[in-house]
Amino acid sequence: MSQQAAPAVTAPPDPGPGEGGGRRGVRRPLALRLLARPEVGVLLGAAAVLVFFLIAAPSVRQGSSMATVLYQSSTIGIMALPVALLMIGGEFDLSAGVAVITSALTASMLSYQLTVNVWTGVLVALLVSLGIGALNGWMLVRTRLPSFLVTLGTFLILQGVNLAVTKQVTGNVATDDISDMDGFGQAKALFASSFGIGGVQVKITVVWWLVFAALATWVLLRTKYGNWVFAVGGNQESARAVGVPVTFTKITLFTLVGFGAWFTGMHQLFSFNTVQSGEGVGQELIYIAAAVIGGCLLTGGHGSAIGPVFGAFMFGMVNQGIVYAGWNPDWFKAFLGVMLLGAVLINLWVRRTATRR
Amino acid sequence: MTTDKTGTHGAVLADTGNEQDRPLVELRGAGKSYGTVRALHGVDLTVRPGRVTCVLGDNGAGKSTLIKIISGLHRHTEGEFLVDGEPVRFAGPREALDRGIAAVYQDLATVPLMPVWRNFFLGSELTKGRWPLRRLDIARMKRTADEELRAMGIVLDDLEQPVGTLSGGQRQCVAIARAVHFGARVLILDEPTAALGVKQSGVVLKYIAAARERGLGVIFITHNPHHAYMVGDHFSVLRLGTLELSADRGEVSLTELTDHMAGGAELAALKHELAQVGGVDVAALPEADDLSAPVAAPSEGKS
Repeated sequence: MSQQAAPAVTAPPDPGPGEGGGRRGVRRPLALRLLARPEVGVLLGAAAVLVFFLIAAPSVRQGSSMATVLYQSSTIGIMALPVALLMIGGEFDLSAGVAVITSALTASMLSYQLTVNVWTGVLVALLVSLGIGALNGWMLVRTRLPSFLVTLGTFLILQGVNLAVTKQVTGNVATDDISDMDGFGQAKALFASSFGIGGVQVKITVVWWLVFAALATWVLLRTKYGNWVFAVGGNQESARAVGVPVTFTKITLFTLVGFGAWFTGMHQLFSFNTVQSGEGVGQELIYIAAAVIGGCLLTGGHGSAIGPVFGAFMFGMVNQGIVYAGWNPDWFKAFLGVMLLGAVLINLWVRRTATRR
Repeated sequence: MTTDKTGTHGAVLADTGNEQDRPLVELRGAGKSYGTVRALHGVDLTVRPGRVTCVLGDNGAGKSTLIKIISGLHRHTEGEFLVDGEPVRFAGPREALDRGIAAVYQDLATVPLMPVWRNFFLGSELTKGRWPLRRLDIARMKRTADEELRAMGIVLDDLEQPVGTLSGGQRQCVAIARAVHFGARVLILDEPTAALGVKQSGVVLKYIAAARERGLGVIFITHNPHHAYMVGDHFSVLRLGTLELSADRGEVSLTELTDHMAGGAELAALKHELAQVGGVDVAALPEADDLSAPVAAPSEGKS
């Protein structure tokens, strides 16, 4: 070794402020840095929709109308949260809509047929939902197929199983009424009650929605797990190379969607006492749309938990606003489509402007 | 180089190695097959502290397979792989990291949409508090990342900016600084200069030299012999999945290295074909006889 010629480059780096590789970038203006936050675009959009309907439909200004809007938003919003986290993690779940019904059917039929306390059904439904989520995630990481295909498969399977098993068990497309069974009152209090604030009845799902959103935000921005979610969605191979447990992160994200499906399913069951087995189809796209409107990047790696809250609020606002304004509700979906495209274009523009060097 | 018992070239140099010079990582006749495809075979490679080992080769020569074995992404299917003299089989990159082997990939170095400080600590986040309130220690991570980057000569005003907004050279440097901070003893750099301009490449080469000064063993993978010759102590040229050349700096000149890299004998044959086509000036191209590098092929031994 001693005979080696000295290599040409030996200079240690110069930590000086000059050209030592460090580019003293000009700090970007505050407005631009704010716009780079994923939830800012949708916040402005939600405010615009709110103001629009406050003007167009005077009855929206009443507290009870606003409570209805928030309730409508929360039923989408609770599910949009895990769907958004999953999307930030780079995947999506087409089975999320029918999985809600699967969960509700499981709890309802199990309790009714075995004549046990509804809590037994609720807990079994939780296990089933978490299992479906974990299975989706496991199949994804094992097969390395796109999540579109894997969850399209689960979506079709669940849709068929929901109908077939319900008909087999009850002889009907809907489940039997469970409202007189043991534990129904308690479960309803947890999943589907209302409470009064200033003379306005507010559904408890609104509270759960905001609690879950706060929790998701904290996890996403302040914990290791949140860091991993961004990383597996942003660049899965880089994440794996620096030691992020990619498989664990993906499977738990799908399991979280299972949890959301369970919660939403329980809300439906204890609100309406029975479940229609053919429902839920198409809802998965609503959740995905709420997440995308909320600033989550469909390809993963970027987004927030607060964004989808405003995204779901826009849905609820438009849905109810059209009714309050006395318009033909058939226009709802067309309105949504325009909103979705608008939100995507605004997000694209915002991101380009804000991350430009 | 006597510790390299299966060395592919004659031990022209006298042994000056001592205990401190013990190889950190050593491959002996290592190879890897994907099913029936033999991507790599009979490769010997030694990495020592404070030395830069350059691995050169054309596309498809087996460079990526080689680093994937060393960094724990793939398992070798033949030969031996030793770390600190012990044979190892890594189950994943995490195990390689635990043994102090860190890889910095050209396109995998960072997650572009994540802030600099999150990228710096990705996979090894600092936390505070107890579960379930265990949370990221953001202030400490930002401070540490800033200190480490400054120590490598990278000064950033805003650690919140996404890594994707940095230049290619800076991104590589962030990844190198990260690997050094997390106690890497062996740094594998996969084509760190491939996508960079001249100036940015120079920045990266400086950090390679800096890493060597800090006593790290560096494996520098490149297909640019000029960059390799700037910082390298030992050169291994891969060709069709095996070693075509393995030589210390004193045994090979830049011209010879370039010729080997460019395909050596095949290039000379191509020259004759081009001469027959006509209209191509081939006078300046080397003849096969001109390639008098010390080592021709693994089986040839001394030149």
